[in-house]
Amino acid sequence: MTEQTLSTPGSARRRLLQINPVYVLLVALLVAIVLLNPAFMEPQGYMNYLKRAAALAILSGGALYVIVAGGFDLSVGAMMTLTVIGSSMLASNDPNSTYWIIPLMLGIGALVGLINGLVVSYLRVPSLIATLGMMITLTGVAFVWSGGAPRGYLPDTFRFFGRFNITGVPLVNIFPVAIICLVVFGLILWWGMHRTNLGRMIHAIGDNQRAARLAGVPVERVRITAFIVSSMSAVVAGVILGGRAGVSVDIGSGYELQAITAAVLGGAQLLGGRGSVPAAMAGALALEAIFTLLNLLGLPQPVRQVVQGLILIGAVALAMYRRKRTGR
Amino acid sequence: MTDTTLPAPRRSGFRFDRYASGFLLLASIVLYVGLVVVSGQTKYLSVDNLVSILGRSITLGITAIGQTFAILVASIDLSVASLISASAVVTSVVMNGEPSMMLPAILAVLALGAVVGLINGLVISKLEVNPLIATLGMSLIIQGVLSAFYNNFAGKVPVEFQIFAYGSVGIVPYSLIFMFVLAGLAWFVLRFTRFGSDIYSVGGNKDAARNAGIKTSGVIIGAHVVCSLCAAIAGLYLASRLRSGAPWIGAEGVYDLESIAVVVIGGTILAGGRGGIWGTMAGVIIFSLIDSIFNVIGMDAFVKQVVRGIIIVAAVAFYAVRSKRPVS
Repeated sequence: MTEQTLSTPGSARRRLLQINPVYVLLVALLVAIVLLNPAFMEPQGYMNYLKRAAALAILSGGALYVIVAGGFDLSVGAMMTLTVIGSSMLASNDPNSTYWIIPLMLGIGALVGLINGLVVSYLRVPSLIATLGMMITLTGVAFVWSGGAPRGYLPDTFRFFGRFNITGVPLVNIFPVAIICLVVFGLILWWGMHRTNLGRMIHAIGDNQRAARLAGVPVERVRITAFIVSSMSAVVAGVILGGRAGVSVDIGSGYELQAITAAVLGGAQLLGGRGSVPAAMAGALALEAIFTLLNLLGLPQPVRQVVQGLILIGAVALAMYRRKRTGR
Repeated sequence: MTDTTLPAPRRSGFRFDRYASGFLLLASIVLYVGLVVVSGQTKYLSVDNLVSILGRSITLGITAIGQTFAILVASIDLSVASLISASAVVTSVVMNGEPSMMLPAILAVLALGAVVGLINGLVISKLEVNPLIATLGMSLIIQGVLSAFYNNFAGKVPVEFQIFAYGSVGIVPYSLIFMFVLAGLAWFVLRFTRFGSDIYSVGGNKDAARNAGIKTSGVIIGAHVVCSLCAAIAGLYLASRLRSGAPWIGAEGVYDLESIAVVVIGGTILAGGRGGIWGTMAGVIIFSLIDSIFNVIGMDAFVKQVVRGIIIVAAVAFYAVRSKRPVS
């Protein structure tokens, strides 16, 4: 928060050092992928990569709101599952249903976020436990709703957002709708976090809750809003993921950890006060690039888990080390 | 936290919080007995059945004893579930039906637990990584390595080792006695040894403890080693009971979340420094009673999951509402 007032003019080299390392990491990973697989340079290659990463990137941008406010939201993966399962149950193969299902799901997402926020703010349950409880509950609800095995499928109008490619675009030829969603929601989340009072207040309560309260920030309302943003972005991510991958009962599981990993890779400070939406999204792209790279190297699925664990610990340890050294 | 430093007159009255876990235990016993009597299923009240209620929560109980150490020192361990799976698989693969391999297998599992706890503790105390992230990362790493090698039940536990889970004195199983002996040992360590009092000091206020000359990193590492050793023992027990180990049995039992939940229900606060083993044991019994209540009223498995999530959050809220701590 203080870097703007402290930075001395004309220290271009220091500013260069202050470039978020996640962008360097992302570029390095993309170069490595291109070296291993030149076909990645074709529009087909990188557009598919961005399409795969879109859901996680939007989710990470939303999850960042809660992280910067000083909490965790572990219910987002289950919220994605609920979105996909619920939509497929409600759609009952009617293509016109999409127009009311998506707003309804966004409403459910807002409600879930509201409950998370209320439980954390007024019942004083640590967000970790509150959202873990919500995760179990939502997974259970998705199971009860589908009766254990999901029936039906998502209509093409619903899958449009995650699957459809616009063809015949000059230069790149194909352009997935998911990337348009990524850009639009990325801009909205960036604007909300970095260009509004809400964003400043979220930073403030994450940095020092008491100081923020004394300065007149409505702490409870801001925290609840952060949880609502997180849950609603999970619904959007669920719509895109469901569109791309179809219906399955564990479609969203594990995404909550990937979102936190992405935010941490993007330099977000756990327990609040610092974080950037573009960097978190770059973190998500980097994570997806790592997975792509592991695939190219022909490593089996479990290795992904190990690598993700190592990255998670390594990124936080590095951030702590940097903070200690720079004294910020 | 401040009540020891402020010279405020001590409330001589009844301190509800201190005995809250006892009340919860009493309430769930009353609820259970009431339900059984009202529904006329008095067969559920036999001593055999009560012993079997307790017997079902041995794995959870042993894990929770360790988790109490981690939480008391203001840390947390989310890697217990995958460590339980890993220990169970190591047990059954090393033993492979040979009674002569029992001792090497037990030693190998304990060594595994000690190493995992040591790494967790080092990463948390020396690299200053947030304990949630450190142990989540560790969990991913263990699970990834485990699933890279095994994807089904592997090896076999000799009949001699199954006595651990199935043998009994009269109607009381050895494992139940073992759990209570372990709890007594943990109580002794926490109550009467220097390590125990250091744990409370470090959990209560780390900086104050360091200023008072306590080597805080050593205490945190010690607590994590105890926690992981307990999870490893829980894995031994589970292998003995299932007669073999598989890489998903820990995650299936949700032992990470449930062990935290029973510790918190038992009155140990997540911020550390306050609580104890007997509260945790009360929490374990409460949990198994709740399970039995679900069985008595014949609740659907998925609905059970939803109710469980709500109970965990409600139980944490029960303690948290009255604390004046800022939420996160």
